[in-house]
Amino acid sequence: MSLWKIAWRSIQQRSLASALTAFGMGLGVALVVAVLVIYGVIDQSFKRGAQGYDMIVGAKGSPLQLVLNAVFHMGDSVETIPYSYYEELNEGRFSSAVETAVPICMGHDYRGFPVVATIPDMFDKLTYLDGREYAFGDGRNFHMEDPFEAVVGDTAARKLNLKLGDEIQPAHPGENPEAKQDSDHHPFTIVGILDHTGTPNDRAIFINLEGFYSMGCHAFAPSVAQTFMQGKKSGAGEDPKHAKEKPAEKGKEPPATAKEAQDHEAHDHGPVPLDERQITAVLVCTDQSRQRLAMALPGVINNEPIAQAVMPSQVISQLFEGIIGNIQLLLLILAILVVVVAGVGILVSIYNSMSDRRHEIAIMRALGARRVHVGAIILLESILLSLGGGVFGLLLGHGLVGVLGPTIAEQTGVAVSALQFQLDELVLIPGLLVLASLVGYLPAAAAYRTDVAKSLTAAQ
Amino acid sequence: MMLELTDVKKSFAEPDGGELPILDIDRFSLGPGEQMVLVGRSGCGKSTLLHVISGISRPDSGHVRVGEWDITLFTEPECDRFRAEQIGYVFQNFNLLPGFSALENVLLGMRFAGGRTDRSRAKHLLDRVGLGHRMSHKPTQLSVGEQQRVSVARALANRPRLLLADEPTANVDSGHQQQVIDLLRDTCREENVALLIVTHTPEVAEQFERIDNLEDFNRAVVK
Ligand SMILES: Nc1ncnc2c1ncn2[C@@H]1O[C@H](COP(=O)(O)OP(=O)(O)OP(=O)(O)O)[C@@H](O)[C@H]1O
Ligand SMILES: [Mg+2]
Repeated sequence: MSLWKIAWRSIQQRSLASALTAFGMGLGVALVVAVLVIYGVIDQSFKRGAQGYDMIVGAKGSPLQLVLNAVFHMGDSVETIPYSYYEELNEGRFSSAVETAVPICMGHDYRGFPVVATIPDMFDKLTYLDGREYAFGDGRNFHMEDPFEAVVGDTAARKLNLKLGDEIQPAHPGENPEAKQDSDHHPFTIVGILDHTGTPNDRAIFINLEGFYSMGCHAFAPSVAQTFMQGKKSGAGEDPKHAKEKPAEKGKEPPATAKEAQDHEAHDHGPVPLDERQITAVLVCTDQSRQRLAMALPGVINNEPIAQAVMPSQVISQLFEGIIGNIQLLLLILAILVVVVAGVGILVSIYNSMSDRRHEIAIMRALGARRVHVGAIILLESILLSLGGGVFGLLLGHGLVGVLGPTIAEQTGVAVSALQFQLDELVLIPGLLVLASLVGYLPAAAAYRTDVAKSLTAAQ
Repeated sequence: MMLELTDVKKSFAEPDGGELPILDIDRFSLGPGEQMVLVGRSGCGKSTLLHVISGISRPDSGHVRVGEWDITLFTEPECDRFRAEQIGYVFQNFNLLPGFSALENVLLGMRFAGGRTDRSRAKHLLDRVGLGHRMSHKPTQLSVGEQQRVSVARALANRPRLLLADEPTANVDSGHQQQVIDLLRDTCREENVALLIVTHTPEVAEQFERIDNLEDFNRAVVK
């Protein structure tokens, strides 16, 4: 009969107290696991979210806002840049450093899901995560020639119950899409539903940029366009009439000349002329075979007055380390404190049982057990309780992640699975062993010091 | 001689700092396979003597020889190991570990002797004490008399040379008292184990050829 088994028997003997203390330990470990896994996955997904491209070119302003907008389709819409800037990147003076450039227009939504106007290259040329190619679970990519085609991300399709052939009418946030059915906007027809990607694109709806412009969107007032083309900061060209017309909708955004212009011209004009077209950003995949040029590109763009180039991975890392990382640390410390408190619970439970147990220890010693044996039995008991609770906590934590996973995926587009293990979790095992040894030390030392003769006499 | 004490002295510290002598024994011995009973009034040091013999307590001076070994020269772990291998112990009560079945209690006796735990011997011993059909029962599911029989089996598990029984029948009703005593005597005879029983019960003591009163040879006892 091994010492392990002897320790296990004394745990069984006090099964309720043992189960409760192990359960407490399990809760603490489950918290640690949940924090580690969820943050680990979010961290990964955030950092990988933009991997299909390494640079985003958009209007000057907050890099973070640009990234949130372009990569995660969240936050307020940002200023726009002229469509011609995309052309510069795609085939103009910057094109030698660029492999793929994809323009996107943000700012619309469909029943709370972001609408991204773009070109088919988005799915044909860009990849996601570690170079995975977009695939369509249903239907196909939209065609450049058919301006009113759209494709839908996996989650958005499921949530909105969208099928191939359905027609949708994107709107500005806050507008009622149904009420606009009778407007002169041509609806978009869904021709494809993307496979699940685990990226924010799962929650998005993608429409043809051409169709988007024919809604009259993202056009400059010509004067403004002119100002931009000349490379001057805008603001002067704002039409006061427009600014007054819909003050509530735009809130207190900075002089959003272009945007103001967009929606208003929209309603009475056809397709926006080319030189008035506007985009939110260009997703750029730089040419890795021309690293020198590619590395110089952001500097060149940033030195010009029109646009800024940001590295999404840098911005996201900063965001993560700066804010979310600190929250994780805080939560992790709290969760570890729960584990430590649970450890103290084990200490108290074992220590309380020591007075009952003095007789048992004395009997074992009389049977020839050495001091180290009885000390080790108590220590093993503490380790079994901690590790047992820890394993339970691991399962509970991953179960918790599994249960919360779909909600997280729906809310953020970040896929979290119960089977996603973090490397950090490995630290739990030696960590729990150390904790168990620390809390087991006190009662084990008491067992070690038990005066056998006295305890035997007391038992008689 | 199987057991031989010479010049053994043992005293306990008193709360006021003085020394209270409990044992002062010139000579005490027991032959191999010999069976004897030790009597004496309460507090005269019987249990303390058994502790000294088994190495649970160390005498302040003197020698305790068991077989060819002087256990007072052993280190504590050596003494523990020696006790596990050579000495069986039966107590008045609280004999069995409550979390373990009858069989496991016997196996536990083998665990600390260093050798392999011999399941078939454990089963054989439980059969011998008449509990072959109750091996998986926990102590709480056994009567006090049955518990005492399990503890006799456990005391014999490692084929000791000496079995010490400290008032083994004090908590057993008179009907089963004789059963436990017979069992102790018979098994010790079968296994050629020397037996030293402490008892307060005259009917038990009368059955032995050798009855020693500790008060007679313990000079620490104030007469
Ligand atoms: N650890 C100790 N510290 C101080 N005194 C002790 C200790 N252990 C025993 N004694 C004292 O030693 C004396 C002998 O005790 P012991 O238990 O050996 O008596 P006993 O003969 O077995 O008595 P009983 O028949 O009641 O069991 C008692 O007076 C007891 O109070
Ligand atoms: Mg006694």
